[in-house]
Amino acid sequence: MTAISEPGSPSGAGPAPVLTARPRPGEAVIKFLLVSAAVLSVLVTVGIIGAVLQPALDFFAEIPFGDFFRTSDVSDDRPYAVIPLIVGTAITTVIALCIAVPIGLGAAMYLSEYASKRARKWLKPTVELLAGVPSVVYGAFAVFFVIPVVLKQWLGLEVSAFNSLGAGLVLGVMIIPTVASLSEDALSAVPLAMRQGSLAMGANRMQTTLRVVFPAALSGIAAAIVLGMSRAVGETMIVLMAGGSIKNMSLDPTEAHETMTGKIARTALGESPVGSTEYNFLFAVALLLFVLTFIMNMFSIAIVRRFRQAY
Amino acid sequence: MSAAATTARAVTSSTIATGKSKDRDVKSLVFLGALWFSLFFGVMVLIALIVDTVIDGSGRFDSSLFTHYTQSFAADKADELAAAGRDPKDLSVEYTGFRAGILGSVVLMMTTALLAIPLGVAAATYLEEFADNNTWYNRVIEVNLQNLAAVPAVIYGMLAAAIMSFLSVERTWAIGGAVALALLILPVVIITTREALRSVPEEIRQGSLALGATVWQTTWRQTLPSAIPGISTGTILGLSRAIGEAAPLVMVGFAAANWDPEFPFVFSSIEAFPLEIFQAASSPLAVVREAASAGIIVLLAMILGMNALAIIIRNKFQRSW
Repeated sequence: MTAISEPGSPSGAGPAPVLTARPRPGEAVIKFLLVSAAVLSVLVTVGIIGAVLQPALDFFAEIPFGDFFRTSDVSDDRPYAVIPLIVGTAITTVIALCIAVPIGLGAAMYLSEYASKRARKWLKPTVELLAGVPSVVYGAFAVFFVIPVVLKQWLGLEVSAFNSLGAGLVLGVMIIPTVASLSEDALSAVPLAMRQGSLAMGANRMQTTLRVVFPAALSGIAAAIVLGMSRAVGETMIVLMAGGSIKNMSLDPTEAHETMTGKIARTALGESPVGSTEYNFLFAVALLLFVLTFIMNMFSIAIVRRFRQAY
Repeated sequence: MSAAATTARAVTSSTIATGKSKDRDVKSLVFLGALWFSLFFGVMVLIALIVDTVIDGSGRFDSSLFTHYTQSFAADKADELAAAGRDPKDLSVEYTGFRAGILGSVVLMMTTALLAIPLGVAAATYLEEFADNNTWYNRVIEVNLQNLAAVPAVIYGMLAAAIMSFLSVERTWAIGGAVALALLILPVVIITTREALRSVPEEIRQGSLALGATVWQTTWRQTLPSAIPGISTGTILGLSRAIGEAAPLVMVGFAAANWDPEFPFVFSSIEAFPLEIFQAASSPLAVVREAASAGIIVLLAMILGMNALAIIIRNKFQRSW
């Protein structure tokens, strides 16, 4: 609040009014409470790092770093290898992005370039409705409908009962709103003058959208995609229910793969005692997951900040 | 007519044209069609999801969905059930219901709201009305909040589990899940509350300050009341996200209790609705999977209803100053 005016000298005659505020200890307390609520967010981050780091360190004290990052798809041989989990995560994430990027971008382009203000008021919540569907429901949808009906019957694919393709497709649907709403912000931030310039040169709306507005908003769209990717990497229930539980190094999406989040949740559902190597392995995986998504988020935030300053 | 005149006419007519005809070539129309398709793709998926689930669960839309327990996890409760004078069919597979989960989710929801709303609104009020955004610590808070919004939900569950074991209390108490969910929706509440506060015009604050009110009095009596529609929209959206979330609850170790929450609700082991659906959907028994489909429709009705409420509040009470 910078709006409080400075006490200027009164123009009229008479004694100057006392402008010094009465001290209000109650307000200081309130302000302190408000500050601590905001600071709590930082404490949560510190808490997450602390909660995850200690068991992860215990894990690495027991299992050498090399074993953690060794490639192996034989579960019994190297139970604590993380690379197969990363492969599984990467496959589902790539499939999800193949769905979410074109569709999210298309929706964003329509909303920012074509829709009237009134239409946007109703269309935007419609797209965002997808974000409200719980991931358990998407997971069940993948298992009950997408894999048996869409993939097996309609497309006639030879897929296993649980597979990365089905999980990835549904995951993609789930992150459409993330990509769409951030890309729409980026597209809407492109100044009107650029569109007018393009239209004045004789381009039609499609050419303006694709060749002028889209390149100008590219950095913001990149940020949207990175954020969508981080969502896909961190999503748990869909890959847990539909992705399968096989440590698999193959890149074939029709096979079952286990992802990082799926491994974490599946172990938590089982009975591994606190402090065991298997339990600590979870935290090592979670630490890796946190670091990966953290880097992606920071990257996305940095790009957004940069493109905002461009105009 | 001379050639020059025809050209002149062509030029004139092309300048007079509205420009709309330019959007009517094949490429443009295909492009527009693709945009329409992407816009409604999500809705089509949602319709497919709802139709398929309704068909799957069609045999199970009865009241036992709300009054019965999930069979597979309550078998050891049979004696207790008989002692309470209840029908033993409460535990039979054909009558699998989600009573424990629905009651548990209601308790969880209220506890989450109690934790997340005051905290979120306070943090947003500080950042929007008091903080100087140029200082480094406020920027740290800012970036941190954006980052928290994208931390995977499972990790919040791990944090809550760590907090509960640090306090050395039962992890499966409602409070454990509520902590995880409150932290999860905190960024949503903060971001929407800030937007609501930002849309309150500066003149209202200046008017109040000019009358001699302090910054806090202005915030409490003018700014916050004006922002209530926006704040409630954000809160409802956050809670509707929390009610469907299962991953953090798995980490806290829910999914074991299958009974009504007991009196000091916050300190009793509970079950959550989405987790029951997860377990039922993974069941090898077809009857239980059917119940899962029916349960999904109930959960979707709850969540889409809450989303619709939030949108109605936003559209109805949104003031243009």
